[in-house]
Amino acid sequence: MTAPDDAAEMAISAAGDDPWAVLRSATRARVALGRAGDALPTARELEFRAAHAAARDAVHSPLDVDRLRADLDGEVLVVASAAPDRATYLQRPDLGRQLAEGTTLPDTGADLAVVLADGLSPRAVHAHGPGLAAALIERLPGWSVAPLVVATQARVALGDAIGAALGVRAVVVLIGERPGLSSADSLGVYLTWDPRPGRVDSERNCVSNVRPPHGLSYAQAADTVATLLGAARELGASGVALKDEGPALPAG
Amino acid sequence: MTVRRTTLGGHTYEFPTLVELMARATPLRSGDVLAGCAAESAAERVAAQTVLADLPLATFLDEQVVGYDEDDVTRLVLDTHDAAAFAPVASLTVGEFRDRLLAWAAAGDEASISALAPGLTPEMVAATSKLMRNADLVAVGRRTRVVTGLRSTLGLPGTLASRLQPNHPTDDPVGVTASILDGLLHGSGDAVIGINPATDSPVRTVALLELLDAVISRYEIPTQSCVLAHVTTTLRALEQGAPVDLVFQSVAGTQEGNRGFGVTLDLLAEARAGALALGRGTVGDNVTYFETGQGSALSAGAHLGIGGRPVDQQTLEARAYGVARHFEPLLVNTVVGFIGPEYLYDGKQVLRAGLEDHFCGKLLGLPMGVDVCYTNHAEVDGDDTDSLMLLLGAAGCSFVIAVPGSDDVMLHYQSLSFSDVLTTRSVLGLRPAPEFEAWLARMDLLGDDGRVREVSADAPAAKALLAAARS
Repeated sequence: MTAPDDAAEMAISAAGDDPWAVLRSATRARVALGRAGDALPTARELEFRAAHAAARDAVHSPLDVDRLRADLDGEVLVVASAAPDRATYLQRPDLGRQLAEGTTLPDTGADLAVVLADGLSPRAVHAHGPGLAAALIERLPGWSVAPLVVATQARVALGDAIGAALGVRAVVVLIGERPGLSSADSLGVYLTWDPRPGRVDSERNCVSNVRPPHGLSYAQAADTVATLLGAARELGASGVALKDEGPALPAG
Repeated sequence: MTVRRTTLGGHTYEFPTLVELMARATPLRSGDVLAGCAAESAAERVAAQTVLADLPLATFLDEQVVGYDEDDVTRLVLDTHDAAAFAPVASLTVGEFRDRLLAWAAAGDEASISALAPGLTPEMVAATSKLMRNADLVAVGRRTRVVTGLRSTLGLPGTLASRLQPNHPTDDPVGVTASILDGLLHGSGDAVIGINPATDSPVRTVALLELLDAVISRYEIPTQSCVLAHVTTTLRALEQGAPVDLVFQSVAGTQEGNRGFGVTLDLLAEARAGALALGRGTVGDNVTYFETGQGSALSAGAHLGIGGRPVDQQTLEARAYGVARHFEPLLVNTVVGFIGPEYLYDGKQVLRAGLEDHFCGKLLGLPMGVDVCYTNHAEVDGDDTDSLMLLLGAAGCSFVIAVPGSDDVMLHYQSLSFSDVLTTRSVLGLRPAPEFEAWLARMDLLGDDGRVREVSADAPAAKALLAAARS
């Protein structure tokens, strides 16, 4: 860390004729926006609205299941959570963790299930789900993989119910993360060994911010997840037990 | 336990326990639906409010929502209850208490309202708020006086302070400093310059504390700093001799909730004593800062009361103030839209919760501020936060939180902007904390009209802050 006494100096000492340019170059924060009276100038106000609109649209534009299925290789199973619509999904995370009543899935006995879940950004799943799923499976030659599952109105823990029904040893959930103002299409990856309803967040490992070119690439994320899967198989567990490889994060 | 009932529209509604009565009387919010304690119909809600209105205020001294034996927050509240302060309203029902508060507020009788605090419990105040409309919450809030100080004085009539929140994704000192300067140039930071560290490590916390202390010392700013690390981290920083102005901690309204935050009442007392011993105040000696927020107990599974029944999130929030007030804080704020739509779904719910929290905190004697904010998956936008900030300004809110351009690039949510603080002050005729306002004048940042001057790159007089930094 820079010595504190130098920090203020560095932030402005090279100010020259335009101190604001220096402030802006020092941080991604929205500094030195100017003023229209006490408010923001029109252009800055509209920039902010555009960023918020992109994030809002990412939350509310539904997953196009047919389009996603066409982008995926091989057999695809489609399930929905017990949350019937987006408004319910947002207010009832408990329903987003359960399968819709009457859902049936085949008992596959496979090593691994990969679930593509809309989460809070279906847009992220469309953008990065197929690429990441392919990169991951490519890195797991010794693993039998159940048919890919597409899940709508889904929270991370829906993967527990899906994994248990498919009879797999591990589940990997690729899920749209909560959009920020500057990142509406970020994908998160959650790995759970021995999935079954009731698993808690500390029993998962997470790789977040898969979003090339700004965030992690598919190769980087897939390498990490494949390594974690190998370690989880050795250990017979995931989560904080694997903390050296990656932190367990709270589920969305 | 007494089953309480009333008949409304030909239907009889029964409320078997105080826990259920409080929950069902609460204006609709998603968190109570999620917890399974919300009223099942609009009529049931009004029925519960009707029963609550006739309940003697003193009931809450004898009948608990969260048990005395199993919860140290309940014990703290009841064991420190001041019967003498309660005496003026001891014979009233909840409904009569609401009427009395509104009468005092209309008459401008701040003294009568403000003297009640040690005699009120969180449940009394929460119950009263459930009978109030938004305007009632504003009217009484603005006549409840709570003044605190460390190096600036907060809560004086006609003032609105702000916490300047210069968060950065990697705690980069240059990036943090850029946000601080931007905020100071907009007249923000009189409540505190308070940063949420990206990681909760003692080394990082000490480095940030030293950075903030250097900025405040260099410009001789009459304000205080805070690094919002866990209280145990701040204790470590204190041991190392770091310049700690304020001890920060998130607190909840149940013992279990506080356990989830990794804190006990003893730990908070120890940290407060450590900061107090440094004697860093000039105008006061309030050295603690607490954040709260409706839904935090439920999100930790720590929301159950008597008989294992879910307690509504607004009552639990008021109980968190019962914890905070014990430590004579300089600052307390609710973070009202951060936790997500499963607790407060839309602009209406966020607005209501912000006004309730301000009212309840003030009435319990807290220097109440609000982080007026939202996430991108809630049904809230800038119009909603504008409404809440202006209502809070009218309600005499002690301080709000402000970040550059409303965009917190570390915590990934939207709070108020520095310009929002200017707008609220100018629309409502509010001023910064007096010591800070005098500093703004010394730095030539105030115009003749008392407003914060708009600094342009080629205005030499208005570049005082930048020039001072070079010297």
